[in-house]
Amino acid sequence: MTRSVPQLIGLALVAIAVLVWTLLPLYHMVVLSLTPINAAFAGRLWPDAPTIANYGIIFRQENHYLGRFWRQLWNSVFAAGMSCVLVLIVATMASYAIGRLKLWFGPLVTNLSLITYLIPAAFLAIPFYQVMANYNLLDSIWGLVFAVVTFTTPYAIWVLRNYADSVPYELDEAAMVDGATPWQIFRLIYLPLIRPAMLAVGTFALLHAWNEYLYAFLILSNESRLTLTVTLGLFRSDDSAPWPLLMAVGVLYSIPPAALYFAVRKYMVTGLTAGGVKD
Amino acid sequence: MSSPRSRKAAAGLLGAPRFALNSDVAWGIFFLIPYLAIFALFVVYPIGYAAWLAASPASYVRLFEDPIYWRTAWNTLVFLIVGVNLKMILALFLSGFFALPYLWVRIVGALFILPWAVPHIPSILSIRWMLNSEWGMINVLLFDMLGIIGPNWLTDPRYGLGAIIAVHVWKYLPFWTMILVAGRMAIPRDLYEAAMIDGATPSQRFRYVTFPQLRALFLTSTMLTTIWSLGDFNSVYLLTGGGPADRTNTLATMGIRYAFRQADFEAGIVTMVSALPILIPLVILLTRRLAGSTRRR
Repeated sequence: MTRSVPQLIGLALVAIAVLVWTLLPLYHMVVLSLTPINAAFAGRLWPDAPTIANYGIIFRQENHYLGRFWRQLWNSVFAAGMSCVLVLIVATMASYAIGRLKLWFGPLVTNLSLITYLIPAAFLAIPFYQVMANYNLLDSIWGLVFAVVTFTTPYAIWVLRNYADSVPYELDEAAMVDGATPWQIFRLIYLPLIRPAMLAVGTFALLHAWNEYLYAFLILSNESRLTLTVTLGLFRSDDSAPWPLLMAVGVLYSIPPAALYFAVRKYMVTGLTAGGVKD
Repeated sequence: MSSPRSRKAAAGLLGAPRFALNSDVAWGIFFLIPYLAIFALFVVYPIGYAAWLAASPASYVRLFEDPIYWRTAWNTLVFLIVGVNLKMILALFLSGFFALPYLWVRIVGALFILPWAVPHIPSILSIRWMLNSEWGMINVLLFDMLGIIGPNWLTDPRYGLGAIIAVHVWKYLPFWTMILVAGRMAIPRDLYEAAMIDGATPSQRFRYVTFPQLRALFLTSTMLTTIWSLGDFNSVYLLTGGGPADRTNTLATMGIRYAFRQADFEAGIVTMVSALPILIPLVILLTRRLAGSTRRR
């Protein structure tokens, strides 16, 4: 389809508007991270004396806001990794049971998990906090991991189950004729075939845990147990805090998820459309 | 597949657990145990606990006497109606742009997804600093370029809610646009070819081909995003913190505020429960729609 010059100009204007709107806050984050701490209040499009000193201050943990930077970065990594593994184990098993074994209670479990998927996590935060206190999981990174697993698994089951519908059931039947147990079918046939969807779901869980703020901020309190998101949130109420440092941490914290997203983008889009809202 | 060799390979590779399970139901329970445990421990128990705490009618009376609550409920409604519609209409429009078959459009699309791929915390805090009325980039630019003294974006409640909606749209527009792009891509090409042969104008093609084909997806997406917008804690809390004087809270942030700032768990839970008249019908409708779409396949 060829387009006329005015049409192309119109499209270019849409593109420019979209890019400015999308990138300005991110550009601002980068610019502020390169601004000397005492020049944070200038509001410049480009700092007079850009510097990467802020990143050095963070790496050497020289600011009291960021005194446990490496420890808290590790906490974020640990929470994300553990959530990813647990979501994958729980969701692959559940999706196999629901989609592959013909169970009379399969649709019931599907509906229960769909309802959990639909309830906004913020609405359960208060009773969840109390329950975590009963389980003695407050101020434990495992409390955060379980919160993420709780709210990510239903979506993961949904995506895996929809994806598995495209895997021919005849393979299972052939294996059953051969006398394979469901566990063998699960390990040898089911898991290898749904690998692309597992990649999408695992990434989703990883990003979710890495980005989680509300539950991390409610559950964790000791400085050495916080994830970096909670530490960043502490700057919120303090305009005199060194915001260029906050933004430098923000840049560092944003790069891994953005890179990961682009690396598995193809699978994410497939997974999201298969699971999220496909009608 | 059915040769004895593959069976032996299957059994040998695995060291399969020799549980005394032989019926499908027993195997089903085995595979579901991890999920059912999570569900019981972290969903059923909290919901039961919340229901128990929210059972006393007196706590609703107490909540409804708080003028802040009504302000919050009103904000939530405005946030949902304006935020969701703005986001979904823009997404519908932009999905047409991003579905175009040009390389440069695809590059713009890759950058456009960034707000969704980047963590909320640093990006929303970046916007918070940008919108600071005294030293933020927006007001400095407005003054330097146009000589306008910009408003107090975050400390004036008239602008606060607008800023929250803008951040929400910034964050979630890319996701829904991409969903609708995928929906547009799935529309059979020959429908358009037939419409072209019949001499349909672009607006007619949208009205008679694109929108009817997208309608179901658009409706499901709008309902889903309504529910999730109701639970959007970060856009509010990180931007204005519900301030000034609790005038830009939504139900999600106000509930948390009652519970953890004022240590009043009952008021917090009751605040969340008061959103159920919106939440429950949407959840039921969506569960039916989503479960139905699986069954059909």
